[in-house]
Amino acid sequence: MTKLTQLTLTQAREGLAQGEFTSVELTQAYLKAMEQARPLNAYVLETPEIALDMAKESDRRIASGDTGSLEGIPLGIKDMFCTEGVRTTACSKILDDFVPQYESSVTANLWRDGAVMLGKLNNDEFAMGSSNETSAFGPVLSPWRREGDDTYLVPGGSSGGSAAAVSAFLCAGATGTDTGGSIRQPAAFTGIVGIKPTYGRCSRWGIVAFASSLDQAGPFARTVNDAALLLRSMAGYDPKDSTSVNRPVPDYEEAVGASIKGKRIGIPREYRMDGMADEIDALWREGAKWLEDAGAEIVDISLPHTQYALPAYYIVAPAEASSNLARFDGVRYGARVPGRDVVEMYENTRAAGFGPEVRRRIMIGTYVLSAGYYDAYYLRAQKVRSLIKRDFDTVFAQGVDAVLTPATPSPAFGIGEKLKADPVEMYLNDVFTVTVNMAGLPGISVPAGLSADGLPLGLQLIGRPFGEETLFSLAEVIEEAAGRFPVEDLWWKG
Amino acid sequence: MSVDQATVRRVAHLARISVREEELGHLEKELNAILEFVEQLADLDVSGVEPLTSVVPMELPMREDEVTDGHCPEKVLANAPQSEGGFFTVPKVVE
Repeated sequence: MTKLTQLTLTQAREGLAQGEFTSVELTQAYLKAMEQARPLNAYVLETPEIALDMAKESDRRIASGDTGSLEGIPLGIKDMFCTEGVRTTACSKILDDFVPQYESSVTANLWRDGAVMLGKLNNDEFAMGSSNETSAFGPVLSPWRREGDDTYLVPGGSSGGSAAAVSAFLCAGATGTDTGGSIRQPAAFTGIVGIKPTYGRCSRWGIVAFASSLDQAGPFARTVNDAALLLRSMAGYDPKDSTSVNRPVPDYEEAVGASIKGKRIGIPREYRMDGMADEIDALWREGAKWLEDAGAEIVDISLPHTQYALPAYYIVAPAEASSNLARFDGVRYGARVPGRDVVEMYENTRAAGFGPEVRRRIMIGTYVLSAGYYDAYYLRAQKVRSLIKRDFDTVFAQGVDAVLTPATPSPAFGIGEKLKADPVEMYLNDVFTVTVNMAGLPGISVPAGLSADGLPLGLQLIGRPFGEETLFSLAEVIEEAAGRFPVEDLWWKG
Repeated sequence: MSVDQATVRRVAHLARISVREEELGHLEKELNAILEFVEQLADLDVSGVEPLTSVVPMELPMREDEVTDGHCPEKVLANAPQSEGGFFTVPKVVE
């Protein structure tokens, strides 16, 4: 029998329903795997007592036949989601030992449907980063290593703990947040599936805010079907988030395996960048071929403002972050560092509490919003955002159902490799994903192959607003054609 | 546009983050690298383009102006580094 932790979420759900094993057994198997995997640093807080209590409750409900859609399924939660009574830090020193008195709407939805919480997962501080190296808890090691090379690699970021935990079989699925690529890039780096839904599909209530007009929650999973199950539970209208959209949540699982015959898939020429690695280009062409073989029509399209998305993002996101993070002042929560007066107390608290990347982004945001610069930076960036969105609107109006691109410009890199360069080099990781947040569209990253040195590579599909079902159908075709990419060498077990 | 060390100091103060003198040079370099990167937006003609205010067309929902949550001061204060008599406390603000 396959080890319990290696089952897909869909298989585990089936096994639980059939009584092949209990949620307590499944949960214990994951808790043991987590303990053995502590060197990966994926979890910043393990919650075994809570997990076992929730699992017992699930087993009781399964016995009585009153089950939710994720009954008894053990999940990991990114430390950006507030969990009632359970320490939540956004992996920042400034939140110290913050214990939320309320539950985020997304996690509340998961518990409503019977899921079990295993613990809180590492991420870049306040989700600002693309490698999980800015976390106050230290970096996460990817379960992947290059062939014949022991160098530790990053799992990507900001949801690095989520990606590492799902790919290393430390949970059946995990939550993530995605502001510029923080779900899709780490999913690609670790050979798993990650989807950022349409802006407004998941409630942002109770998620530590980074850039409010860009942030969205979404799931990480080992298969497309698993991701569909998780998103269905996480999504939904929430009156507590004024940008949450009031429309029914479809049964995404029904879309997995649906025919894609006649779907028009756009290949944007602007994403074929100078100096793009041959293996990325080849993978992209292969992905298009797979979709074509399944009956889709491939069309060349143009998204002319693509190159401006990343620079516009690095105005909009820091500006919103500087405003959102103003609340960390040492008064209502977190650590306080004294000063001679209240202003010095704020300044000392924030200097001690924020790491270098967060401080950098707050300062950039403060600068671009400061008197005399607002029009030149923030207003201009928001206009550029309209142009980026218009590019997508135009191709969708021409009948394109989804856009296919690479997920990342390269496979995962080594820990520390990009820290010495200027910050912009790290930002370039998000070049293919950030346009999607700027336009509020859904995007899914699905593993599609391996690099020359044996690391996972992903493809991204971008959908129309609320076109998640189409993305699941298309992603499943790629999954079927490419196969899956489970980590085979569990080297951290020693 | 680029920033000098005096501007870095001013921005740090606006952001309420104390910065040590020896950090200014490093910060100046980092911030200028980012500003240089975003400079390419100046090449675009954005005349007549409306700034994006909402990625999904929707009206901001309205509700009755009434208390929907609250009456839980102990929860509100649970994480405060300092509180007294149901209030957050801060260093003296007025002389």
